[in-house]
Amino acid sequence: MNINLSRRAFLQTAGAGVAGTSLGALGFGDSEAAHAAAIRPFKLANTTETRNTCPYCSVACGIILYSKGDLRKGEPADITHIEGDTDHPTNRGTLCPKGSALLGFVKSPTRLQHPMIRRPGSDKFEPISWEDALGRIARLMKDDRDKNFVAMNNDGVTVNRWITTGFLAASASTNETAFATYKVVRSAGMLVFDNQARV
Amino acid sequence: MTNSWTDIKNTDLVVIMGGNAAEAHPCGFKWVTEAKANRGAKLIVVDPRFTRSASVSDVYAPIRQGTDIAFLLGLINYCIQNDKVQWDYLKAFTNATYVVKEGFTYQDGLFSGYNEAKRDYDKSSWDYDIGPDGFAVVDATLANPRCVWNLLKKHVAVYTPKMVERICGTPKDRFLKVAAMVAETSSPTKAMTSMYALGWTQHSKGSQNIRAMAMLQLVLGNIGIRGGGMNALRGHSNIQGLTDLGLMSNLLPGYLTLPTEKEVDLAAYMSTRGFKPLRPNQMSYWQNYRKFFVSFQKSMWGNAATPENGFAYDYLPKLDLPGYDLLRAFELMHQGKMNGYFCQGFNPLQAAPNKKKVIESLSKLKYLVIMDPLDTETGRFWENHGPYNDVDPSQIQTEVYQLPSTCFAEDDGSLVNSGRWLQWHWAGGTPPGEAKRDTWIMAQLYLRLKELYTKEGGAFADPIVKLNWPYADPGDPKAEELAQEINGRALARVTDTADPTKVLAEAGKLLPGFAALRDDGSTSCGCWIYSGCFNENGNNMARRDTTDPDETGAYSKWAFSWPANRRILYNRASADLTGKAWDPSRKVIEWDGTKWSGYDVPDILPTAKPDQVGPFIMNPEGVSRLFTRGMMRDGPFPAHYEPFESPIANPIAPKVRGNPAARVFEGDMAQFAESASQEFPYAATSYRLTEHFHFWTKHVITNAVMQPEFFVEISEQLAAEKGITKGGWVRVWSKRGSVVAKAMVTKRIRPLTCDGKTVHIVGIPLHWGFTGAAKKGFGPNMLTPFVGDANIETPEYKAFLVNIEPVAGPVA
Repeated sequence: MNINLSRRAFLQTAGAGVAGTSLGALGFGDSEAAHAAAIRPFKLANTTETRNTCPYCSVACGIILYSKGDLRKGEPADITHIEGDTDHPTNRGTLCPKGSALLGFVKSPTRLQHPMIRRPGSDKFEPISWEDALGRIARLMKDDRDKNFVAMNNDGVTVNRWITTGFLAASASTNETAFATYKVVRSAGMLVFDNQARV
Repeated sequence: MTNSWTDIKNTDLVVIMGGNAAEAHPCGFKWVTEAKANRGAKLIVVDPRFTRSASVSDVYAPIRQGTDIAFLLGLINYCIQNDKVQWDYLKAFTNATYVVKEGFTYQDGLFSGYNEAKRDYDKSSWDYDIGPDGFAVVDATLANPRCVWNLLKKHVAVYTPKMVERICGTPKDRFLKVAAMVAETSSPTKAMTSMYALGWTQHSKGSQNIRAMAMLQLVLGNIGIRGGGMNALRGHSNIQGLTDLGLMSNLLPGYLTLPTEKEVDLAAYMSTRGFKPLRPNQMSYWQNYRKFFVSFQKSMWGNAATPENGFAYDYLPKLDLPGYDLLRAFELMHQGKMNGYFCQGFNPLQAAPNKKKVIESLSKLKYLVIMDPLDTETGRFWENHGPYNDVDPSQIQTEVYQLPSTCFAEDDGSLVNSGRWLQWHWAGGTPPGEAKRDTWIMAQLYLRLKELYTKEGGAFADPIVKLNWPYADPGDPKAEELAQEINGRALARVTDTADPTKVLAEAGKLLPGFAALRDDGSTSCGCWIYSGCFNENGNNMARRDTTDPDETGAYSKWAFSWPANRRILYNRASADLTGKAWDPSRKVIEWDGTKWSGYDVPDILPTAKPDQVGPFIMNPEGVSRLFTRGMMRDGPFPAHYEPFESPIANPIAPKVRGNPAARVFEGDMAQFAESASQEFPYAATSYRLTEHFHFWTKHVITNAVMQPEFFVEISEQLAAEKGITKGGWVRVWSKRGSVVAKAMVTKRIRPLTCDGKTVHIVGIPLHWGFTGAAKKGFGPNMLTPFVGDANIETPEYKAFLVNIEPVAGPVA
């Protein structure tokens, strides 16, 4: 068999005969790897590749996101496949059982899609617009801060702290998110502030 | 990590203790495999369970959870007794020679200055003798009985192999085998690496677990060298970054600290920071503290931070307590003292100890805001899920907002891996539904808050309305803009202090690195240790050059490593007092007579003379600390303390319960089982699995299929004793709660003999809850105690007491 055959031609040949048979069993032997390399460019030819890193543990394996559509061209992009980045010095293309299933995380049915509110005493979430949710949260923050802000301690020392509302930050958000969060939380005078590194 | 994942290939001996890299960090563990295959490196695993890391080890040593310090001090004792010390390194690069003040003592498990009522120490005696010249007194001969080395020798003498066996349950011959292998790396041409994770941090003495190994590594001369180091594997992808950026109660970015209310102005604040050298010629790099602090204040408040107002010193909140950590936050909520709480990508209902207390606490809030890509349990704490979340929604008055955020695949930005590499990533997909980036959410909240304060006024509005918010679209800051702000910018022309004709950065330009920071308000920098990550050369975090000269594993042109793109911390210590590598085959940097150079960025001024300036430039001593003065709450040396819930009394200090300096809230002490409890006789520990990542992957169908269901793991011996069958149902309960699970009966966990008593271990994996694709399950935090490490308050998830019994069948 000619190992230069295109992926489409290969699939036609293999598909016509023994569906589900492995490449090795078809007699590729040592040429299997070379063949896989030859067809690889075709596999995801119509997708956009984006470099990313695995969001799970701190090994931070390099990954490649494959999407239909290109965000950089202003198109909507639907991620269809994720695999290890062979150029990455740490993982060199490998992924663990968690990282290998990352597409399922992106596409999980339990991803949140819309802002929701659960009202006091209620047994359900109800939809709310971003505008209303953000407006109400800002109001709750300000009312609590104005009521409970401690400008001075008992010794008359300026302390400017707010300890009746707290903020628990993430573990996988970016440094840039973290810094924006820091600025907002600290400028409000919050001291009840922590992140997942604590646990 | 002091080193990096790719550096592990350079080691001769890997010790995995307090972690389980093969299962929790599989693709990093390959560098252990690489070292074994190519260098003949050996692997030692010390763990209560025979993990997958243990299954490929050369030596496996079982240990009772919560006794690591006894094991590690036992190793230090072994090295001292057998003259397995890298003496030249020890004398030159540690404080072994420093003389400690009269008055410092350790007796019956307590250091001098203990106050039982306060559960705290007066630490004034934990310090060096300071000479008339203002420098610490040293004795290079190590003859002075009060020098650190002799005090250490005395302190560890009790941890004999026999005592280690008695406390840890590790058979003496196995301990001695480990000790002999570890001790061999005291040779200047042998390296040992320590790989640890939450198995060390999640104890009431977690910080001291890590210190004990760091001290051992210093005695062996294994810090600063290729293939050596203290390597924290870290749990989540940006735990390192979130900590570096100071998202903690008492921190400012770059390990600066928030003022306390005793520090009434900038001068008072600076008086306890910016340490002067404790020995001649030392760099004591924190002398630059004011530059880092002022530049941070400029990044926060721009023109509103002026020399006249102490660079907006009063805009920062001042602490009245050491910190408002996670445990204190829930304690305050439980007392009804908090009204609002935000959870940004954090699921504390699952992740915090004593779930019953957490539910009660959240139920007392007025409002709770969740920002998360996933439907977390915390967002639904008010919802009834039978025994898995047994609440009555009508009785819970908390208003809950659930805001959908993007995940990694829909967001640009940088994350910091365990090896301190800041790696940039790009969005590849459109967010689902109306999900938004966290930066957008925070900006939108901020702008609304600012508008309210501008219109209505209110409590001290200045820090909010004057916050520096210089983004092209204030409602949607871009990751690049924030990264540049973190890197820092010149606000006026910055010139070289030694040569004013040399311009380091023109006004408005990005700073080349933290050496260009100034304390007069002419520079702005969000996080000094990251400076250099995004400068006029571009986004260095996005670099993808895999060049690695001589294959040292440094990969200096890949991404950006803090600080200053340094790949191995303390790399000056890889060379001797003349500046030559201890091991020529392991060279990192060397001194050529005029400067330091090599494979890595020198961790010292390039012109600092090797026989004068010590490698540990952040310490005023210039050397590392075996004795840590008053810097830790629970002692200048680690000492063995039992977990708060322990199957035996402390064999070396029977009257001391738990860590004597750990904070315990009033109601929680009553909820601890007593030592050697009859009611709760088994030693439980929590852990995670290869197939799952915390509480995230139960939302992924593939992982939910691979490990669908909550279980507990016990030995064949305990199963036989209690009449528990493989795959049968059991109830496990502690003084705080109860769970029902299937029993996994294995040979991976075996009973240990500690202080003459058989100790059975119960393993409890943590991945299940009541949202997602996997079956509903409980997890260990129904059972865990509400107490943290004495220094940093990480909860004691890894060691607590339970009971277990077989039960009839599924309850839900």
